[in-house]
Amino acid sequence: MNARAAANAAVTARFKPGDAVTVRRAYPPGHIRTPWYIRGHSGTVVHALGPFPNPEELAYNRPGLPAQPLYRVRFRQGAVWPDYAGNPADTLDIEIYQHWLEAESDAAR
Amino acid sequence: MTDSHPHDHHDHAHPHRHPPRPDTDDTLGHFQIMEIAVRELLIGKGIITPAEIQRAIEAMDARGEALGAKIVARAWTDPAFKTRLIADGTEAVRDFGVDMGTTRLFVVENTPTVHNMVVCTLCSCYPRMVLGLPPDWYKSRNYRRRAVREPRAVLTEFGIVIPDGVVIRVHDSTADMRYLVLPQRPAGTDDWSAERLAKLINRDAMIGVALARQP
Amino acid sequence: MKQSLPAGLAAHGIADNNRHMREPIRGHHDMGGLPAGPVERTEHDYAFWEKRVDAMNVLLASKGHLRVDEMRKNIEALPPDAYERMTYYERWMSAIANTLLQRGVLTADELGRKMEEIARREGVAR
Repeated sequence: MNARAAANAAVTARFKPGDAVTVRRAYPPGHIRTPWYIRGHSGTVVHALGPFPNPEELAYNRPGLPAQPLYRVRFRQGAVWPDYAGNPADTLDIEIYQHWLEAESDAAR
Repeated sequence: MTDSHPHDHHDHAHPHRHPPRPDTDDTLGHFQIMEIAVRELLIGKGIITPAEIQRAIEAMDARGEALGAKIVARAWTDPAFKTRLIADGTEAVRDFGVDMGTTRLFVVENTPTVHNMVVCTLCSCYPRMVLGLPPDWYKSRNYRRRAVREPRAVLTEFGIVIPDGVVIRVHDSTADMRYLVLPQRPAGTDDWSAERLAKLINRDAMIGVALARQP
Repeated sequence: MKQSLPAGLAAHGIADNNRHMREPIRGHHDMGGLPAGPVERTEHDYAFWEKRVDAMNVLLASKGHLRVDEMRKNIEALPPDAYERMTYYERWMSAIANTLLQRGVLTADELGRKMEEIARREGVAR
């Protein structure tokens, strides 16, 4: 595969609906679309949305390729907030790019 | 004092509910001056034209809750459309001439056991192509901070109490997906036309901070 | 052994080189979950100039002169007090200008001079 095709190819999707994933606890500078409040938390993939150019790169007018698989991940409110008031089964659904996710079983404790 | 923009045309009627505020009550602010400057420079360089600006304003003015209400009312009365709308909202709303552009529409359905609510904590992402421009409060610090953490308290402030047995799903729009809430159809409307039903649906219900009006 | 900051030094804007920020800096815009007061359900009718800012943003994006991601990045780069004091469309206008400068569509000099010209034309005191 030549360099151009490699850049254009999407990163292989690693997750599917139902998978348990953990958001990496990383704090790089730059334009980050993974909210601070969800980093380090674990949830379940509900949708595999397909590949998208990386906004962290688009923010600097770079192409953001290869495209990153994007997922809708569902988190239990009772697990995210220690003082959550209401039904703990309430959820937060957030789109997260694959490079911010690890399989929950692989996540550093 | 009104501002004067040699390249602008203000003397036309906008077909929308709220007439725009006049630009200035007093001196132009720094960023208003910047707007004029950038616009004139771009026009001078042939990058944009006054006609294009006008058309873009009119296109956004034409969008508002009425369009969203029509879509919801059709979903309530046409089960096949509702199925398409939920499976692929972007494709389904093309029936109404809506082009989502680079974004994708996800329609999330309220049911007796699930209530959906939409926010963009990081900025102000909103289904503009369906609902027009978002209200100030949606873009406010307090909504962005609290909607994800205490949705039930926020909903109470908006005047609705969701029973604890109902699950609340808060959607934080962090990428290219845009969310539209499909409110529950009120009881006692079985024989209503879509046109009549649309009057029960307002913008707040499609954001998830209100319910459809009762008949 | 870490020394505590001598009294008064911080007031001069001098950080103590013997201490280090242990926490990363959270973007001011990255505010989900932080404490806040009641939601004020304000709405305002958009002014003409705000609609023009919105239109410029849409047009420039469609013509490939800016991306929404660059706009967001530039808004996120605003100092927190500016972010709070600026209105929504003032932030967007600032972001449009910064993006066009970053892209080389405009230069700071031509923009500054144009703004001076307009301020004079509109009778705005500087």
